[in-house]
Amino acid sequence: MAINTEKNSYTVIFAIVMVVIVGSILAGLFMLFRPQIEANERFEKQQNILYAMGINKNTGANDVVFIPTTEVEGEFQKYITRQVVLKGDEVIEDDEAFLIDIKKEATKAADPDYKRRLPLFQGQVDGKDVYVVPVRGKGLWDAIWGFVAMDKDMVIQGVYFDHKGETPGLGAEIKQRYFMDDFQGEGFLVDGQFAPITVAKGNNDPKNNIKNDQEVDALAGATITGDGLSAMLKKDIRLYVPYFKTLN
Amino acid sequence: MGLLSKKDSKLIFDPLADNNPITIQVLGICSALAITAQLKPSIVMALSVIFVLGMGNVVISLMRNIIPSKIRIIVQLIVVATLVIIVDLVLKAFAYELSKELSVFIGLIITNCIIMGRFEAFALGNGPWRSFLDGVGNALGYGIILIIVGFFRELLGSGTLFGFKVLGDSVEKTGLYALGYENNGFMVLPPMALIVVGIIIWVQRSRNKELIEEL
Repeated sequence: MAINTEKNSYTVIFAIVMVVIVGSILAGLFMLFRPQIEANERFEKQQNILYAMGINKNTGANDVVFIPTTEVEGEFQKYITRQVVLKGDEVIEDDEAFLIDIKKEATKAADPDYKRRLPLFQGQVDGKDVYVVPVRGKGLWDAIWGFVAMDKDMVIQGVYFDHKGETPGLGAEIKQRYFMDDFQGEGFLVDGQFAPITVAKGNNDPKNNIKNDQEVDALAGATITGDGLSAMLKKDIRLYVPYFKTLN
Repeated sequence: MGLLSKKDSKLIFDPLADNNPITIQVLGICSALAITAQLKPSIVMALSVIFVLGMGNVVISLMRNIIPSKIRIIVQLIVVATLVIIVDLVLKAFAYELSKELSVFIGLIITNCIIMGRFEAFALGNGPWRSFLDGVGNALGYGIILIIVGFFRELLGSGTLFGFKVLGDSVEKTGLYALGYENNGFMVLPPMALIVVGIIIWVQRSRNKELIEEL
């Protein structure tokens, strides 16, 4: 029984059957893996927040080692003492603040009547209060985001940056220790006014020893990612300035 | 060789050197340029392509008598796309870190011309076992070049391998850097991948005169 594969009706039926089969296989696999993928995303966020606060398993000088996924839930409860949502002038306690999708909040904020919800995580490291805020912006290819841990004077205690699709070896280096560590000690307030920290080329300070110049040495070959990162810090950290002013 | 007949082993070993998809056929160059700045993504990319091309060739080969020729390219695309999405899902569930590092490029396996090329040129006309060998062989040939390029680019460009500082610390000036050695920043940029591939082609052709075209 030879099938005439040239007939139009056969082609149409073949296409329909194929799409149905492929569609069900992929949908099935996605359902199968979804709990795992969602758990990974949740753990990752907690790991990132803790990493920015300086809670990590780094040993070598170049390590970026998170708290293992098996422990992160417990460690997160231990170190994060308070999660709040800032909404206009209100400060609302919310234990699930870290689940707020800041991308959606930013989109909604285009409407001037909408009061944007800003999550903030307060924790204690070595007896010092640390405030972690999320940031999100655009790199060269796709989204970049991160968490910035600051003390009450908005001096950076630690940062964690990540990206969706920056070039490996170039823009993707924003998540390397040598870049992220440079931010420590830089402050967002100069004489009580908001002064954004930028990623600067040729600031003659590759080890970032000068901490009060609002500049961090840029990555070679990643100008657009670096500019995006500067813009992200400026845009998102500014939103938290009024809250930090109430702390002092 | 007990397991493979001479003809079969040719399918797997030919593409490694004398008929390498990158250096001889010059296919799949775009991903060879994009992801080889470091060794680890190169290896994962190579493994993913081995899976996609090996499995894809088998699937296409099994369907070769029932695929309507009018829509065969679309059918091939659907098969690649499905396999790539499976790779992506598996990485997301079990190797989350890596999947983020490679995200865009895993998706771009779909456009890798080696894959469509093997489907069209081999799997449509051969049985599943031989197609599987051909797929794995070609993917290995692609992977080997990726890994060689990734090795040199990471070593010379960043002074590291798998992120370990094998040449010493470039900021603290230890190891080789104490002697005045500097990383070649150009190596991390895509154009250098093209030059490294070019050097591999040059070495290969100078060792095997048969590959040199008559002028």
